Amino acid sequence: MPTLRDIRKKIKAIQGTKKITSAMKMVAAAKLRKVQDSMFRYRPYATKMQQVISDLAGAVETRGDLPPLLLRRPIKNVEVLIITSDKGLCGAFNTNIIRTATKEIDRLKKEGLNVTISVVGRKARDYFRRRDIPLKNVWTGISGRLQYTHAQVISQELINAYVSEATDEVLVIYNEFKSVISQRVVVNRILPIGRIASESAEQPVFIPFTYEPRAPELLAMLLPIYIEIQIYRALLESQAAEEAARMTAMDNATKNCDELIKKTTLIANKVRQASITKELMDIVGGVEALKQTEG
Amino acid sequence: MQNKLKLEVITPYGEVINEEVDEVYTTGAEGDFGVLPGHCPFMTAIRIGSLSYKKDGQMHYLFVNRGYCEVLNDRVLVLVGSAERVEDIDIERAKAALARAEERIRRAQAGEADIDYARAQAALERATIRIQLATKFIPR
Repeated sequence: MPTLRDIRKKIKAIQGTKKITSAMKMVAAAKLRKVQDSMFRYRPYATKMQQVISDLAGAVETRGDLPPLLLRRPIKNVEVLIITSDKGLCGAFNTNIIRTATKEIDRLKKEGLNVTISVVGRKARDYFRRRDIPLKNVWTGISGRLQYTHAQVISQELINAYVSEATDEVLVIYNEFKSVISQRVVVNRILPIGRIASESAEQPVFIPFTYEPRAPELLAMLLPIYIEIQIYRALLESQAAEEAARMTAMDNATKNCDELIKKTTLIANKVRQASITKELMDIVGGVEALKQTEG
Repeated sequence: MQNKLKLEVITPYGEVINEEVDEVYTTGAEGDFGVLPGHCPFMTAIRIGSLSYKKDGQMHYLFVNRGYCEVLNDRVLVLVGSAERVEDIDIERAKAALARAEERIRRAQAGEADIDYARAQAALERATIRIQLATKFIPR
């Protein structure tokens, strides 16, 4: 039987934990708002750039000389980029992504393809290191201070591998931010780019642009940016999803603490009652004993 | 009233400029160019460098990272990785970046394999241009 003091101590401890988890929830909420804000500010750039590149690709495609990033070739080597977080305490966020990733990797291997793995985030790195799976590229320390340059560095690495034909296909696996309560793991193929010309039904108005350099070369210069855009979006989405997952996880933890406090308080009350009853019985017993000796 | 140009500079961090201006000058893939109202439709890639524009007789200068520029119907759309007004350039930071880039290039030339020469070069270029712009145009 635990003493009342022990139980009270336990309640204090749980209350402390609860303070921490609810504070972490607030922090996650604030960070989520920040990431959502940068997603919002990023949107005009991404949509305009995408529009420009797809228009340009449309113009080039009709002429028929395609830059290498658009061309497909027989696929033998696949690179998988897995985006996770650096920190834990965010529920099933990292577990989900790693599960999907390993499944995807197994599937690719079964098809007889060579798979190389690159990761963003400490969590994926640790997972694959523990299993002695070699990693091609590791980027950590991004979450929390994501910059567009991070996307540039990562894209450059992926493009180099693709152009030198070390890889024939690049897949990105990341958590998509759907809403605060739901994240979805998505697998996106980013290289080869394939068809990017918009397939709008209306015939685009032909504008006699002067291109400098010529359109195919200009397209070749802009295509890396197209990759950057997608990588940056994936990184942003992943960050938002991470903070949302952490928020939910911490909210659950706080609720659990509440429940535990309730339960333990109940036990504490019972123990207190029991000790009071015992004391009363002692007193009554003593009085009875006195009566008997007097009588 | 004379025609004006609508200048829009957009980066991944948001819109930097959205103004009616008189003239725009920047560095394209094949050299510097200027845009006045009535310019023909024009598309080019932008190199790391400067972008300047004239508004109400006053010149304004920006540092721009690489990106894309489109001129259409007196609208100049500039999409770049980053852009900052000359007044906002942190000279100390640029100088530190310059020193870092020089150091990396020196080490790469000395044969250290794990240094990305191209990246160091690009960093050097950015830092140099930032410093040039800042020392040249910041009103003191």
